[in-house]
Amino acid sequence: MSNTSSGAASFLKTSVKQPYIWAIAALVLLLIINLIKDPTYLGISVNAVTGDLSGNLIDILRASAPIMMIAVGMTLVIATRGIDLSVGSVMAVSGAVSMEFMHDAGDGSLGSALMAIALALGISAFLGLINGVLVSIVGLQPFITTLIMMLAGRGLAKVITSGQNTSASNEFFRWIANGTVLGFPVVFLIGAVIVALVALLVRRSALGLMIESIGINPKAARMAGIRPVGLLIFVYILSAVLAGVAGIFSTASVMTVEVAKTGFSSEMDAILAVVIGGTSLAGGKFSLTGSVIGALLIATLDKTIVFLAIPSSATPAFKAIVIVAICLLQSQRVRALFSQRRARTSTPRKEAVSA
Amino acid sequence: MTSVIERPSAPQSPHTPSLASRLKPNLETLPTLAAIVIFVGMIIYGEIAYGRILQFSTLSNLFINNAYLIILAVGLTFVILTGGVDLSVGAIIAISSLVGVMLANAGWNPFVVIVLMILIGSAFGAASGILIQYFNVQPFIATLAMMFLARGLASMLSTTPERLADESPIRTLSTEIKVIDGPKINDLVTTPNVIIAAVVVIVAFYVLHKTRFGRTVYAIGGSEQSATLMGLPVVRTKLAIYIISGTLAGLAAVVYTSKLGIAQNITGVGWELDAIAAVIIGGTLLTGGAGFVLGSVIGALVLGLMNVLITRDGSIPPEATTIITGAILLVFVLLQRLVVSRKRKT
Repeated sequence: MSNTSSGAASFLKTSVKQPYIWAIAALVLLLIINLIKDPTYLGISVNAVTGDLSGNLIDILRASAPIMMIAVGMTLVIATRGIDLSVGSVMAVSGAVSMEFMHDAGDGSLGSALMAIALALGISAFLGLINGVLVSIVGLQPFITTLIMMLAGRGLAKVITSGQNTSASNEFFRWIANGTVLGFPVVFLIGAVIVALVALLVRRSALGLMIESIGINPKAARMAGIRPVGLLIFVYILSAVLAGVAGIFSTASVMTVEVAKTGFSSEMDAILAVVIGGTSLAGGKFSLTGSVIGALLIATLDKTIVFLAIPSSATPAFKAIVIVAICLLQSQRVRALFSQRRARTSTPRKEAVSA
Repeated sequence: MTSVIERPSAPQSPHTPSLASRLKPNLETLPTLAAIVIFVGMIIYGEIAYGRILQFSTLSNLFINNAYLIILAVGLTFVILTGGVDLSVGAIIAISSLVGVMLANAGWNPFVVIVLMILIGSAFGAASGILIQYFNVQPFIATLAMMFLARGLASMLSTTPERLADESPIRTLSTEIKVIDGPKINDLVTTPNVIIAAVVVIVAFYVLHKTRFGRTVYAIGGSEQSATLMGLPVVRTKLAIYIISGTLAGLAAVVYTSKLGIAQNITGVGWELDAIAAVIIGGTLLTGGAGFVLGSVIGALVLGLMNVLITRDGSIPPEATTIITGAILLVFVLLQRLVVSRKRKT
C-alpha cells in the first residue's frame, strides 16, 4: 500500500488500520487502571500443591469463556448480514435442560453429565436449525426471527424447569467450569480449543470466504454459484450450539440455572464483542481474532468494575462508554480528522480518498 | 429491486408525490387489516371463553394499562419506517422516571419535572441520532449504547424502588374520569394518560401521512440513497426521528410513573422488544418504507389483550407467556413475508 521507507511509521499505520487495535488499547488501559488501584493486580500465583494458577488474569480468562463462545458464533452470523438475538435465551435453555436432566438423574455420574451435555447441545442445535430455516428458506429477517426465538426460548427455559431455578450436583459438570488443567481453567481451554477449531474450519476451507461473500453481496454470491441456504442454516446452528456451550459454562460454575437470569442480555455482550472486534454489522468481512479480543475486553470490563467496588448494576454505563469511544474511533469522520493531522505534520502527500 | 418496481409505475402517477404509499394500498394494508381481524377475533374468543371482555371496564383498562406501550410503539414506528431500530426506549423510561420521582420528592415543581423527564428522553434520542448520522454508527449499536448508558446511569442513581408521594400532582395524570357511568363497576373510564396517548397517536398520524416530513420518513425507508438523490433532507429527518422516539419514550415515562407511582432502575427491561413487537404486529415492515401508526396502536392493544386473556384463562402457565408472544409474532411476520413475496411477483 505505502512504501516501507520508515519502518516504524508504516508499522504504526498498518496496526492502526486494524480495527481491533482500539480494543487492545482499551484492554491495556483497563489493566493499567486496575494496576494503579492495586500494583499487584497482574500477579499470578502458583499453588504449590495442585499446580493451579490463580490471579485476576486467570479470573478474567475464566469469565471470558462464555462470552467468547457466543461472540464467535455471532461473528459468523453477522458476517452473513444476519444477527442472532436468541443466543442468551439458548444459553438459558441449554442450562435448564442440562440442570433438569442431572437433577432428575440424581446420580452425579460422568455418564449423566455427558448425556446432559449432549441433550443440551442437541436442543440448542435444533433451535438454531429453526432460526436457520426461517431465515434462509422462509426468508424472514434475521432480526425478527431471532427476536421471536429470544422470546420463545426464554419461555421454553422457564417451562422446562416449571419456572424454578433448578440445581443439580455433578462432579464432572462442575469441573468443566471450576476445574483446571496444567493450571489453566478448563472453561478457558475448552473455549480456546473450540475457537481454534472454528477458525480452522472457516479459514482453512472456502467456508469463511463463502460466508463473507454472502454478506458482501448476496446476489453476486448467488450468481457465482454459492448456495446461501445451507450456509445460513450452518451458521445459525453453529451460533446456537456455541450458545449452548456458553450456557453449560455459565450454569456449571454455580450448578444452578436461573431461568430469568442465565444468559440475560448476553446477546448484547456478544454483539458488542463482535463490533468492538471490528466486524461490521452490515456483514461481509469478519475477524474472529477481533471478536475474541472483544470478548476479553468485556470480561475485563466486568471484572474491573467489581474490582473498583462500583455497583455491578452500573456496568452498562461503562460498556456504553467503551462502545461509543470505539465506534467513534472506528468512524470515518474521526479517522479523517486523524489523517488530516498527520498529513499536515508530515511531508505533503497524495490526498487519500475522502470520507 | 425497488427500482424495478417503481420504474414502470412512475409515469402512471405523476400527480401523487407519495407514490410508494399509493401504488399498492391493498397489499400493504393487509398485515394491518390482519392485525385488526386478530384483535377482534381475540375479543370475541375471550368473550365466549371467559366472558366479561366486551364490557366497558375491561376495555377501559386495556387502554389505561397500555397507554405507555402505545406511546412507545408510535415512537418506534417512526424509527422502523426509516429502516432503523431504537433499543434504548426501555432504559430511557427507567432513567427518566427515576429522575422524575427523585426530583418530585425533592420538592421540585411538577411541571418542571415533567418537562425535564421528557427532555431526558430527547437528549438520549439526540445522542443516538448524532452517533448514527454523523459518525456512521449502525442504529442497532448506537441505540444499544444509549440503552446501556441510560440503564447504567439509572442504576447509579438508585437500585431500590423510589416511591412517588401519593399527593404528588404528577399522579393526577392517572386520575380516572368517568365518561359513561355503567351499572355497578362497569364504567367507561379514561385517564389523562390515555388522552395523552390518543393525542400522540393523532399527531403522529397527521405528521406521517399529511406532511412533507412524514413523506420523507417513508422515502428514507424505501431507499435512503434515492431519498438523498431526490434532494430530501435525509440527515435532518433521520436525526429528528431518533429525537422523536426518545422524546416519546420520555413521555411514556411520565405516563407510566404517574400510573404506577414507583420508579426503579430495572423498570422497562425488555419494553423496547414489546414496542418493536407491537409495531411489527401492526404491519410495519422491519426493513422500512411501509406501515401505519394506527397499526402499531392495534399491535400494542393485541399484546395487552393477550396478557388479559392469559390471566383470565389461568390454565396457561405464566412461564409460557413469552412463547405465545413469540408465536403470535411469528404468525404476523410470516403473513408479511407472504405479502412481500406476492408483491415481488406482480
